Amino acid sequence: MLTLNVNGTDHQLDVDPEMPLLWAIRDRLDLTGTKFGCGRALCGACTVHIDGDAARSCSIMAGDAVGKKIVTIEAVSGKVADAVRSAWQQLDVVQCGYCQSGQIMSAINLLSDNNKPSDAEIDASMEGNICRCGTYVRIRAAIHEAAKTLA
Amino acid sequence: MTHQFPSRRAFLAATAATAGAFVLATFVPFPGRALAQGGPPPGPYDPNLFIRIGADNTVTVVVKHLEMGQGVSTGIPTVVAEELDADWADVRFEFSSNDTAHYNNLFFGPAMGTGGSTSINESFDQMRKAGAAARAMLVAATASEWKVPAGEITVASGVVAHPGSGHKARFGELAAAAMQLPVPTEVTLKPVSSFKLIGTRLPRLDSVGKTTGRAQFALDIRRPGMLTAVVRRPDHFGAAVATLDDAAARKVAGVVDVIRIPSGVAVLATDTWAATRGREALKIEWDLSKAERRSTAEILAEYGRLADQPGMSAIKRGDAAAGLGRAVKTIDAEFAFPYLAHAPMEPMNCVLEVKGGKAEMWAGSQLQTLDTFVLAKILGLKPENVAVHTTLGGGSFGRRANPQGDWASEAAAIVKAIGGKAPVHLVWTREDDIKGGFYRPLSFHRVKAGIDAQGRITGWRHTVVSKSILIGTPFEKMGIKDGVDSASVEGIVDTSYAIGDMSVELHNPASPVPVLWWRSVGHSHTGHVMETALDELAHLAGKDPLDFRLALLAAKPREQAVLKLAADKSGWGSPMPKGRGRGIAYHESFGTRVAMVAEVAAGDTDFKVERIVAAVDCGIAVNPDVIAAQLEGAVGFALSAVLRNKVTLKNGVVEQGNFDDYEPTRIGEMPRVEVHIVPSAEHPSGVGEPGVPPLAPAIGNALFAATGKRVRSLPMELGRTA
Repeated sequence: MLTLNVNGTDHQLDVDPEMPLLWAIRDRLDLTGTKFGCGRALCGACTVHIDGDAARSCSIMAGDAVGKKIVTIEAVSGKVADAVRSAWQQLDVVQCGYCQSGQIMSAINLLSDNNKPSDAEIDASMEGNICRCGTYVRIRAAIHEAAKTLA
Repeated sequence: MTHQFPSRRAFLAATAATAGAFVLATFVPFPGRALAQGGPPPGPYDPNLFIRIGADNTVTVVVKHLEMGQGVSTGIPTVVAEELDADWADVRFEFSSNDTAHYNNLFFGPAMGTGGSTSINESFDQMRKAGAAARAMLVAATASEWKVPAGEITVASGVVAHPGSGHKARFGELAAAAMQLPVPTEVTLKPVSSFKLIGTRLPRLDSVGKTTGRAQFALDIRRPGMLTAVVRRPDHFGAAVATLDDAAARKVAGVVDVIRIPSGVAVLATDTWAATRGREALKIEWDLSKAERRSTAEILAEYGRLADQPGMSAIKRGDAAAGLGRAVKTIDAEFAFPYLAHAPMEPMNCVLEVKGGKAEMWAGSQLQTLDTFVLAKILGLKPENVAVHTTLGGGSFGRRANPQGDWASEAAAIVKAIGGKAPVHLVWTREDDIKGGFYRPLSFHRVKAGIDAQGRITGWRHTVVSKSILIGTPFEKMGIKDGVDSASVEGIVDTSYAIGDMSVELHNPASPVPVLWWRSVGHSHTGHVMETALDELAHLAGKDPLDFRLALLAAKPREQAVLKLAADKSGWGSPMPKGRGRGIAYHESFGTRVAMVAEVAAGDTDFKVERIVAAVDCGIAVNPDVIAAQLEGAVGFALSAVLRNKVTLKNGVVEQGNFDDYEPTRIGEMPRVEVHIVPSAEHPSGVGEPGVPPLAPAIGNALFAATGKRVRSLPMELGRTA
């Protein structure tokens, strides 16, 4: 039994502490907005925020997330999150959309640290998030757009 | 434990053949062919099948296709809303049931399905008629309610009005009565010139769900008591389980059952993690007697030998040999293409529940009818008792359209084995996906072509070696003619260019490695070969590559316009700095014409693609922004196959397994992409696939311009020429 604080609520879960956080979130809490893409922190589809930083939930054990604040795409909020979501919708970034929860969580993280990233800074920061549909042109544009809103 | 299971291939062939006998006798896989016959046949347009208008004024359009990113869940509602004169803000979408009689793809005969870039093409007229019929029914209901002549009623942005009397009502107030009326046998469609929604940039209907975590893919489906299954499949294609020791697996906490199925051994557990841990604990010995044991280098060497021998004739026009004899300059070029995995971000998965003689599957299926028959056959049910609920697909690129119904078959075998006692979520991991076959076929081409003293092509001899995608599937009957798989030679035999003396021969060697259509199918390699060889001939002739192509498209204004548009917007002909180059390519596939100009910066062993200028003619542009997105996306998708992607076998075992050794394009590698659409009033064709074929040759031709080195094979390795 362990306790995970997800989206502001403590959840008592009967899971092996070694279970990856991703599966605790998806299979036990049924929060399915966080996606499974590779299982090895190679694609970023499973990105969540842990104590405010972007993290790959597929490669963190649930036991190691105890006592930390975990936020998923369903509940991420605030000025930066609003700006990112709205830019994503305004520019219609999504295609299949499967990777976009992770893209958005990473973009929020980037803009929280850097309110005016250059293309090179965007590329460096978003390098760990794969989009197989190839929406990268619009991801860059949407991050610039969100930065404009936040300025 | 010596019971012999049939090999995966034999099993799949058997189920596929059965499904085929049921439904696909009249399948027409290639929209180009259908277009040549005068466009799609008419389909049902009863608005009650496709449109639901709520009392709250929402207009829900029932979409019969799979949304896998291509934007069909925005495009189809746009077409309906145009003729209905709906307010776009009120428009929603949902996916249809698998009622094949009403929701078939009009190009696919009596089968529901999404593929071949057909969706808008096949249903454009049908959806317009559905929208226009609903509009007419709203008008008729209003006329009788208000007792005014129907001809005096106007409809705009979801409001029905009678200006003379001042009556006005929104759709929601009238719909219940209107939808009861008889469906008009004839409807009047708007002239193209008065379109208000079609041709404008409307926001995607799936953007909000996909930016909030609310969008539901098959992997997100949860059913009460659901178990998760993962399958241990053999490392060698064509191998079968010889012995199984599942004692350790059964002891893993959360594991509920271990089941042998035709494709391997399934582990069922209460969650995904327990299932994968249970799978790791399986001890299996495999029977390799029918397995592929070769390495890809050996297979490719065999393909190279085959290319020097006579093959089946795919086309013979004029006398290519004599033409080559007349040539003053010739090329003799070889091209090799690797196996490629589709690697959609959402791995293969589906949920299957069987209760009281009925089955329900939730899946991002591209071929709902075929999957229905696969499930019905294995579960011993009538097809009408199998419901397929189409969910969003997390990418596909062709992988979710498997004529062999591989994942549906696995789920059915598992649920059958447990007697339907629980709903089962079959989940493939990324390793299962990359190692699991159904690849774009490994292919080899040899082209001998020549030009005369004026730089005109005198002859073209082309040999293709590629495993057939269609043989052994329900699509065989329509896709194979005289042994020739059209999916292996499309893009060559139907080239837009005027090449008079041409022969194309094909070898279809068999192999246990399963292959499948991969975004743009045969065009994914034939387009590259055609456009690279043409570029070589242009340089051999001392002609500008754009002019050389235009001369071969003399009587084809649409083709010429696309090439010229891309060239103009790219600044074609202006000088490039040293180390940089510009390359052009043009290819038509699925009825859509695309030209691309690539700009690259080349080093000794590395290169960067900096800019892509694309031009597209897909007929009427239903949503120009979605079209631009598909072209941008095609660049990102196809670039990974240019830069590095390949699936290789070593002694039959796949060497790649995840996104480290099969790494898609990342954001830092993505060039700037500019998309220009040729204005058109022609019947629309698809945009999901046609952006893929011209990308690689445009880049290769740009690399040649920059370095003088010709890199023919994919992926492009600068250290390697040809």
